[in-house]
Amino acid sequence: MGRKLLLDKAHIEGIRYYDTYRSNGGYTAAEKALKTLGPDGVLDEVKKSGLRGRGGAGFPTGMKWSFIAKPEGVPRYLVCNADESEPGTFKDRYLMEHIPHLLIEGLLISSFALGANSCYIYIRGEYAWIPEILEQAIAEAKNKGWLGKNILGTGYDLEIYVQRGAGAYICGEETALIESLEGKRGNPRIKPPFPAVKGLWQCPTVVNNVETLAAVVPIINIGGDEYIKFGTGKSTGTKLISACGNINKPGVYEIEMNISVEEFIFSDEYCGGIKNNKRLKACIPGGSSVPVLPANLLLKTAKGETRMMTYESLADGGFATGSMLGSGGFIVMDEDQCIVRNTLTFARFYHHESCGQCSPCREGTGWMKKVLHNIEYGKGKMSDIDLLWDIQRKIEGNTICPLGDAAAWPVAAAIRHFRDEFEWHVLNPDESQKRNYGIAHYADPIPVPAGA
Amino acid sequence: MAEDKKMFKVKIDNISVEVEPGTTILNAARLIGGEVVPPAMCYYSKLEGSGGKCRTCLVKVTKGSEADPRPMPKLVASCRTTVMDGMEVANITSPEVLDARKGVVEFLLLNHPLDCPICDQAGECHLQDLSYEHGADATRYEFKRRTFDKVDLGDKIKLHMTRCILCYRCVFTADQLTEKREHGVLGRGDAAEIGTYIKQSLDNDFIGNVIDVCPVGALTDNTFRFKNRVWFLKPVDAHRNCSNPKCCGKVVLWMRGDEVFRVTARKDKYGEVENFICDECRFEKKEKSDWTIEGPRKIDRHSVISQGHYVNTVKPKDALVEVLDGRQPKLLFDIHSESQVNRPEIDLSKIDGPAHSDDFIIKKS
Repeated sequence: MGRKLLLDKAHIEGIRYYDTYRSNGGYTAAEKALKTLGPDGVLDEVKKSGLRGRGGAGFPTGMKWSFIAKPEGVPRYLVCNADESEPGTFKDRYLMEHIPHLLIEGLLISSFALGANSCYIYIRGEYAWIPEILEQAIAEAKNKGWLGKNILGTGYDLEIYVQRGAGAYICGEETALIESLEGKRGNPRIKPPFPAVKGLWQCPTVVNNVETLAAVVPIINIGGDEYIKFGTGKSTGTKLISACGNINKPGVYEIEMNISVEEFIFSDEYCGGIKNNKRLKACIPGGSSVPVLPANLLLKTAKGETRMMTYESLADGGFATGSMLGSGGFIVMDEDQCIVRNTLTFARFYHHESCGQCSPCREGTGWMKKVLHNIEYGKGKMSDIDLLWDIQRKIEGNTICPLGDAAAWPVAAAIRHFRDEFEWHVLNPDESQKRNYGIAHYADPIPVPAGA
Repeated sequence: MAEDKKMFKVKIDNISVEVEPGTTILNAARLIGGEVVPPAMCYYSKLEGSGGKCRTCLVKVTKGSEADPRPMPKLVASCRTTVMDGMEVANITSPEVLDARKGVVEFLLLNHPLDCPICDQAGECHLQDLSYEHGADATRYEFKRRTFDKVDLGDKIKLHMTRCILCYRCVFTADQLTEKREHGVLGRGDAAEIGTYIKQSLDNDFIGNVIDVCPVGALTDNTFRFKNRVWFLKPVDAHRNCSNPKCCGKVVLWMRGDEVFRVTARKDKYGEVENFICDECRFEKKEKSDWTIEGPRKIDRHSVISQGHYVNTVKPKDALVEVLDGRQPKLLFDIHSESQVNRPEIDLSKIDGPAHSDDFIIKKS
């Protein structure tokens, strides 16, 4: 059994409520942080732990916190990004539904470390029932003196507010989230200035993912030096993976970042293998935005090493032969899945969710969707594949926010690794409407067009 | 105080310039002028917060600064990126930038109707200039273009959303110039549109300026629509004592003979308004007697508007005649000897309806 830090008590009945949570060792980290460690002590522990942002980018949290500007007389804010809208990702939902107090405690410790007296949880609109759970937990915590004025007699005040979004994917981008929180249209801001300098209401702000903030609790409990013993290398600690697709046991798993991808998919402890004894075709290891990997590159890197469930190992080989751990939305596809259709689904999603602020993303995502639609429905041309490649290349890196990149990467990876499947769709327009291409047998990586 | 202010040295396309800290790369390039100035569709120096959206001004920062010489990993929007001391920027010297810009122009034109022949903005349209300079000769887009219905925003302003490139300039204008903003961007992605949500008119003293700031023909002057092409009009600087305290009264009259066809604010060479004018000046004062005329407006020579307005210009030397020892070039053939249609003895006015080749055959027999 892999060691757990976040979900170790998730199975206890009633852990959602304060009393059970407290009697199972809850809020001891908060007590420790507020009474003995102090803000700098917490920051030191988080820095020592090597915790990396769990929202997708994997930016070191301690470093992010130390960037926050601290001008006199200006309030600072902590914003919890619970706008978990990435297709394939549902880990934060599990955390907030089952152990909301873990998040509240994490928010309390983090706000204390940052010196923030107001904290916002921005939750996606589709999680309609979770704000009630959170608000109940906040009320419980406030009743017991963990929130409000003069917490534990330390003179530190904190209020946590829950704000629901209206269901836009783009509001998961930190500056768009801040705009939305301010009551404006959720358009990403142009950086710099970064939120650490000018964020919510032009004040220094830190935006962190739910899982990142929850992970602060075990870090304080066991100490940063102990936390670093979990995982491998720079991927410290545990990570929640939301596994879905053609696997026997879909769900949220907490993994220690020292197991191989093969073990994660095929062991009974985690995904339990591919459904109906089919063969593994491809996998998107970190939510819809990250590049898709074919089976041969998923289990072994291009160098022939075993691919591990870590930030570094999954990114090994760059985008040519690697992918990203991303937000941990692990989508497994068996031999019956059509890559073209899958890519079309993602392209449609990004087209729908583009905010329309900057031109490459606004126009390019729709174009990619239409071209992919043609290919999928047997109306494609061979030149369309190169066209798609060119469109994604002109979107990537040229947009205000990472949504443009997120829209471009899946298309790029699908063409890079599964080009023959696209070509089969174009050459066999009738057959492709009746059956799928099946499992890929080709050598990888396929040479990519010049200028890639 | 101003003397000891430290100036930043910036190199744009290997041309050095010293600028004040806080200047954007685009403005530094404008100080140099000429070819190195990146095009800008959404940035407007008079409007706070504008820019960064169209991505045509992308440049490559090859050296971050003197202190941190690392290049920036992505292309940056030059209109919103401030310079650092010792920064080196590549604009037209970077093939990557030109490639990206070409891509952006293609994206901007993707859903643009390209109805320039019937568009009032033609001739002074930034998108026209941009696609002429940076665009490809043909689009690769094979799908139906996005269209919207035309909307009247009050009786003076026509919104033709199909042409819009969502630069947000008009939103900033209404936000910063008028007392209340009544329009904004609705919807998202490529369904995003400028609108008032509940259809109502935009009536503010300064709302007419949205027509001037619009880089394309999405917002046009209803009092001028389809009246004339801009290159047939003669721009004349004029002023009047406007009763509105915020209005400077300095305008450009677009005239043909003694008739004033339209009134706009004065624009600099980047197409930006120098001083915003009020709606009374713009829409109500269309008599020559309302204005004190200062003289013809200088329009950049390359602009199509300058067609026919220059006096005393020297015609470029026609080398062909010189090469032919003073003889005029001989036509390859005389059209009248080749075609019956163009025979001068056929009087087209005698034919009922449009001429048809049969008409000529009958006459001949």
